[in-house]
Amino acid sequence: MAKSAPKIGVYVCHCGVNIAQTVDVKAVAEYAMTLPNVAVARDYMYMCSDPGQDLIKKDIKELGLTRVVVAACSPRMHEPTFRGAVFGVGMNPYLFEMCNIREQCSWVHTDKVEATEKAKDLIRSAVARVALLEPLEDRYADVTKAVMVVGAGIAGIQAALDIAEAGHKVYLVEKEPSIGGHMAQLDKTFPTLDCSACILTPKMVDASRHPNIELLTLSTVKKVSGFVGNFTVTVHQKARYVDISQCTACGDCAKVCPQRMPNEFDLGLSTRGAIYQPFPQAVPAAFCRNEEQCLGSLPLACGKCLRACEKHCVDFDQKDVDREVEVGAIVLATGMDVFDATTLPEFGYGKYPDVLTSLEFERLCSAAGPTGGHVVRITDGEEPKDVVFIHCVGSRDKAVGNEYCSRVCCMFIIKQAHLVKDKLPDCKVTSYYMDIRAYGKGFEEFYDRVRDEGVMFKRGKPSEIFKRKGKLVVRVDDTLLGKVVEHETDMVVLGVGLVPTEGHRELAQTLKLSLSSDRFFLEAHPKLRPVDTNIEGVYLAGCAQGPKDIPDTVAQAKGAASSAIALLNKGKVKVDPIVAEINEEACSSCHICEALCPYQALVYDEQKHVMTVNQILCKGCGVCPSACPSAAITLRHYTSVQIDAQLDALLRKAVSSEQLAASSSGTEA
Amino acid sequence: MAKFSPTIVGFACNWCCYAGADLAGTSRMKYPPNLRIIRVMCSGRIEPQFILRAFKEGADGIFIGGCHPGDCHYVSGNYKTEKRVYLLKNLLAGLGIEPERLELNWVSASEGQRFADAVTQFTERIRQLGPLGLNEPADALVAAS
Repeated sequence: MAKSAPKIGVYVCHCGVNIAQTVDVKAVAEYAMTLPNVAVARDYMYMCSDPGQDLIKKDIKELGLTRVVVAACSPRMHEPTFRGAVFGVGMNPYLFEMCNIREQCSWVHTDKVEATEKAKDLIRSAVARVALLEPLEDRYADVTKAVMVVGAGIAGIQAALDIAEAGHKVYLVEKEPSIGGHMAQLDKTFPTLDCSACILTPKMVDASRHPNIELLTLSTVKKVSGFVGNFTVTVHQKARYVDISQCTACGDCAKVCPQRMPNEFDLGLSTRGAIYQPFPQAVPAAFCRNEEQCLGSLPLACGKCLRACEKHCVDFDQKDVDREVEVGAIVLATGMDVFDATTLPEFGYGKYPDVLTSLEFERLCSAAGPTGGHVVRITDGEEPKDVVFIHCVGSRDKAVGNEYCSRVCCMFIIKQAHLVKDKLPDCKVTSYYMDIRAYGKGFEEFYDRVRDEGVMFKRGKPSEIFKRKGKLVVRVDDTLLGKVVEHETDMVVLGVGLVPTEGHRELAQTLKLSLSSDRFFLEAHPKLRPVDTNIEGVYLAGCAQGPKDIPDTVAQAKGAASSAIALLNKGKVKVDPIVAEINEEACSSCHICEALCPYQALVYDEQKHVMTVNQILCKGCGVCPSACPSAAITLRHYTSVQIDAQLDALLRKAVSSEQLAASSSGTEA
Repeated sequence: MAKFSPTIVGFACNWCCYAGADLAGTSRMKYPPNLRIIRVMCSGRIEPQFILRAFKEGADGIFIGGCHPGDCHYVSGNYKTEKRVYLLKNLLAGLGIEPERLELNWVSASEGQRFADAVTQFTERIRQLGPLGLNEPADALVAAS
């Protein structure tokens, strides 16, 4: 078959002034015309716009272009756009190449001459590469009609309910014995003062009763394999030691338990038995036994709960299980933890019992909390006459590694200050802040109201808390007064910031997700894809992606749910055709590649005595071709010939005719 | 005499370093314009041959960027790269090429500043080392003819 030279079109984008102000786009387009096989080169204001795309389509039709290069933004931004455009007029989308002259050129350089030279080099390299690209066919795979939602706080519950309502099976995975998350611990929510439990509990019950939702409590994600539409997740489920289907949460078992342990739900401000229900509205409504804290089942040791339970629900023989679940999409709603205030010893947290975190104070305010909603000092049970709140503890603080603002604490503290005034009108309440960030709907109005209620807001970050004559003293540089003051008080509440949950990094590594610099999960695009991740089919909801309040969390959970629903409803996913291939004649069956592949995609063919590639398992990383001593493995779209040509062109060497001949892509129909 | 402006080739994995480089751009962080990046899906795709070829064809320095240990999108490709780079550096030393001309760095998708700093430092290092000059005799021949 005769080989004809490719006909390449090069399109240089101005991106308004984003590229054009640093790169001489006209000169670059003129230069592109001089490159081998380039039939047309144009510059245009916005290549991604409809008229920009039409320009390419028209040239393909009228000039018979067989390859296209667009020099514009990052391929991570618009490669799919232009692949779609060329495909629209019948060109194979893999014969398109994107050249990044914005993110990696015009935006990072200031010298116009140097930036223009760099843009020319990059285009020369792209033109050399595009000439050697080969057409590839997209493949499609079916989508498993089920979703796993990891984390069952308000984000996970909302996402699960939306997906279940759309008719899809949901596995709702929660590491604690009950769903509900941090929202279940809150007394009131800002700025409307809704009772948190009153609005959350019905949703918890809905989630547990929904026929499409399967709750997996005491469970964590251990392993994830597969790809979008076809994930296999291994869930590790700890034994509850109570038969969940029989338990009626009567509490007879807990009444006889002789152990007293700090109750995590009340942050250690109350106690519970070794067999317990974390809080009265817990879902599933079943007790749970902590094996390490239990004295044991032998009559001599204890075993009282076994005998107390009339229905014989307590089962000491239950075992931890690993369960494999097939899902099409995963929603991560793993939430957050609060900042560990012991990291800042100057505030005396852990040393003085009357220095509390804001979450602990929330439990004190709660009618279901350890004091039945009475705000009292931990040390003597007396009502405080003076309470100090401190903002930004563990947030906006580079020294503890948290440069970010936790977003919720300002309003959280303002709400708690209101609760103190509500419960103890004569109590003096002072709030020391750096800035008040009352940015949301109704927030500023609520802040105004609480100031009117008599709460003092003073600007300054306290430097130290110490004890003098039995009183807590807060030393603070009041920046409005311009002097250091010592504030004697009865109780201090630290407005602790939000941090990623324990096990967050491990989960990121299991899923191969990236973290942002604040260590929360990184979204695919900060503005336009805040719910997606760099792994297709994995979506984010709530504080797992970064601190946010309840309305924002619910909104994002609904976004994640609708993304998952859209994927499931489509029913098919495109599978990347960029996989490895083996030249059977060149393979010497040395098996080097077999050990390198992390997906076990390379399989030895006993009959032919060569390695073969399982194209479903192969993810196209290219580790194997780089190691093959016989050069028998090729990674499609990133072949050695293509990369060599890119390199040579970058280093000002023209593509040789041998290279063109070495690639079958020289063949044009 | 004009300041030496080195030719630097980069290889960046799509998921971490390339995304980090994009973030440096989106955040308008500045670094020297000497680097030209070739995108690969995983740093594990980088054949030793590419490195040797780039030096042979005129690169003064080569920058490889991958995911941090444990963060590789393809499980373990970056570990393979690390081993290859270690062996390559030994080989380069044997060939009379300063091993410091080859840099392997880990840059995550959120580390735009780290990328800009790494490129700035590496460019300065290559500037200090001077031209590699492997092609000088050939260039001289061409000039003479």
